[in-house]
Amino acid sequence: MSSGLKLTVKLTCILAAAVLSTSAFAHQFSQGDIKIGHPWSRVSPSTAPVAGAYLTVTNSGTEPDRLTGGSTPIADRIEVHQMTLDDGIARMRPLPDGIEVAPGASVELAPGGIHLMLIKPNQQLIEGSSFKATLEFARAGTVEIEFVVQRNPAVETGSGNEHGGHGQ
Amino acid sequence: MSGLRAFRFMVWAGIVVLGVFVIGSTPLSGGSPTDEVSSGTAKVGGSFSLVSHGGERVDNQSLVGRAYLVFFGFTYCPDICPTTLFELTDLMTELGPVADRFKVLFITVDPERDTQEALASYMTSFDSRIAALRGTAAETDAALKAFSAYAKRVPLESGEYTMDHTAGVFLMKADGGFGGMMDMHEPRETRLEKLRRLAKGQVTSS
Repeated sequence: MSSGLKLTVKLTCILAAAVLSTSAFAHQFSQGDIKIGHPWSRVSPSTAPVAGAYLTVTNSGTEPDRLTGGSTPIADRIEVHQMTLDDGIARMRPLPDGIEVAPGASVELAPGGIHLMLIKPNQQLIEGSSFKATLEFARAGTVEIEFVVQRNPAVETGSGNEHGGHGQ
Repeated sequence: MSGLRAFRFMVWAGIVVLGVFVIGSTPLSGGSPTDEVSSGTAKVGGSFSLVSHGGERVDNQSLVGRAYLVFFGFTYCPDICPTTLFELTDLMTELGPVADRFKVLFITVDPERDTQEALASYMTSFDSRIAALRGTAAETDAALKAFSAYAKRVPLESGEYTMDHTAGVFLMKADGGFGGMMDMHEPRETRLEKLRRLAKGQVTSS
């Protein structure tokens, strides 16, 4: 019986470790059919007038939805922006209509592409800290989330676009 | 049949492209072709004169004999500019004293909002060896021209504006020659190797 107890303790520890480790690397929030995966923001330079933030949106519903922006106590507002890199020129544009997420689809907001932009953050974003935000969706309404502040993307996402050269 | 012809064509096309690249490449850019490099090395490295966030005038004359890195950006840029600065900081930390052998210059394309004071505060988050440079509109244009770089002010509906700008990092050799571009999407080891070679500085451009 004491060995049974030991096993239970062991299992509990393993479970707890698993839960803790996943929450450290990835966290998610959901509202209705919308799931927000690992919202994170990059460490911001002191007094930076803007900061980028990233996440994955999954729409498990049957209707398209649209992430239009959001708000956070630590900045004036949150906008959806897109960065493009053509011929070595970086261009950044707001997407006033936000970004559509088709039914059953996931959209990744990541460095070098579509991102959320915190306008006029009122504090420096320090590594390891976190802050609350509310995302606005055209259909799902508002989703409460919490961004973690990281220096680099947590996982080497497969963003290394493997467009195999100039094979036209 | 046509598949074989297409294959042959692609092989020949590959040989031609490779040949052009080998002829056109400089010692530092070898191994990783980038679009920027093919735009011509001769036009990079003209005269410019700007002021650092510490108040020091930095011009091409003051950099004679020094290897240096240059990239263009602005502080109202949430994504690529801080990313490049943080990544350069990480690379310089890894290189340690080796990174003392080149200068790193971040030139603002938005001198209107990026005042010297704003830059001084902004730069406290990065390696202290990185200098942010700004100039008047005319000085900024001259600096862009010196590197055949591009920047354009783009008004936004909100009444504010953003800047389109050349995103790559220019590597300038100690002899004043252009050493190619460093692309932040390249593998980390490639970037470190480019910087180590730049730091050796003895490489002379032919």
